[in-house]
Amino acid sequence: MAEESYPDDLRYHPEHDWARIEGDEATFGLTWYAQDALGEVVFYEPPEAGKAVKKDEAYAEVESVKAVSDVYAPLSGEVTGVNAALAENPEKINQDPYGEGWMVKVKLSDPSEAEALMDAAAYKKLLEDAD
Amino acid sequence: MEAGAKLVDFAGWEMPVSYDGIREEHLRVRSSCGVFDVSHMGEIETEGPQAVDLLQRLLSNDVSRIEVGGAQYSCLCAEDGGVLDDLFTYRLDDERFLTVSNAANHERDLEWFEAHAVEFEAEVRDRIDAYAMLAVQGPRAREIVRKLADGELPARFGTADLVVAEAPCLVCGTGYTGEDGVELLIPREGARAVWDAVIGGGAGPAGLGARDTLRLEVNYCLYGNDLTEERTPIEAGLGWCVKEGTGFIGAQSCREVRDQGPEQTLQPFVLTGSGIPRQGNPILEGDAAVGEVTSGTMSPSLGVGIGMGYVNAGLAEPGTEIEIDVRGRARPAEIRRAPLYSKD
Repeated sequence: MAEESYPDDLRYHPEHDWARIEGDEATFGLTWYAQDALGEVVFYEPPEAGKAVKKDEAYAEVESVKAVSDVYAPLSGEVTGVNAALAENPEKINQDPYGEGWMVKVKLSDPSEAEALMDAAAYKKLLEDAD
Repeated sequence: MEAGAKLVDFAGWEMPVSYDGIREEHLRVRSSCGVFDVSHMGEIETEGPQAVDLLQRLLSNDVSRIEVGGAQYSCLCAEDGGVLDDLFTYRLDDERFLTVSNAANHERDLEWFEAHAVEFEAEVRDRIDAYAMLAVQGPRAREIVRKLADGELPARFGTADLVVAEAPCLVCGTGYTGEDGVELLIPREGARAVWDAVIGGGAGPAGLGARDTLRLEVNYCLYGNDLTEERTPIEAGLGWCVKEGTGFIGAQSCREVRDQGPEQTLQPFVLTGSGIPRQGNPILEGDAAVGEVTSGTMSPSLGVGIGMGYVNAGLAEPGTEIEIDVRGRARPAEIRRAPLYSKD
């Protein structure tokens, strides 16, 4: 299991998803907090490449030993790549949530949406306030 | 509870679901050895000149065939054949038996035993507070326990009184994982030392989560999921432990179901694509609902979704293609023969 961390180079969505933004492309995944709350992930079915995802809406499901949860898109766009390795090894979401546990790569339709996301400090504050 | 256990309330007991992750614990039991704390299991002792007659009346299997030092699986049935519990019974002596019950059913089982005991020269004792129970399972289990014991371990389905890590134990050659191994009934005060010694000997701690995935891969029934009062053991595929000739309570109903052929039977299945079946998911053939999933999980050994469910009799043939409705999405699946997982 990974150590709790919230990298500074990511942007965060209140549904506990992160985005690593590079120009008009971004990679999405679940935050450390999300994977810890879910517990051991046993199943993730990636969306199809080409699928349109919309900010604040679910684009996939993740199933842990405890529950099934929706995975929300922090930004809008079109899926250009999926982490197919997670189908075989969904536990990567627990072990390396910001690395090998990434979920999709997306071509952003409106990069300015990122202004609504939190930086690491704001997200950590959100988690503290929720406790 | 130490070792970073994730706890859950289970029939009033705080139980470890997992220590190091279900998948890791599961695979360790398949390849090496794991130890489960199953102290929530209940124990009922039956003793007296007619102890065997009382148990013969209560249990579906032929109790008279258990030798001293032997063990036997059976169902406890209501008059209509519905399953009240599934149990292991150990014969400690000619006139003394120990029956292991499921935690959630223990009180009801005990009342059932006591209510019928009045007709027999036999005494029923609640022993749930006397014992802790550890299941040491996996290919290395016997080697690990043998080093801690003062004598030879019992054969499969046998029992032996042995001292293990300084605790006097009833060592039983039974388990719920599909692996070789033993279950240890230990006086409560000695249990911690046995746990530590078994871990020290090379076993990894394993929780209820892995216990469930292990048993489901080899299609052992779980009471409350696959076995209920609504179903007879015949429908559950447990006809092999139902000996109607002994005249146990429920025998007549079981015989009728067996003779007529059950309308539905419990069948193992495997998803042929992605997804995880879960308890309560409808089983479909075409557009028709033909059954319901009673247990489902992601199989750590096989890497696919697996499960069991009651399906209409005509669909029981291995290879039959079905679909599982997982939260509104039909997932293709296939009926298979038990066990879904085997070493070879």
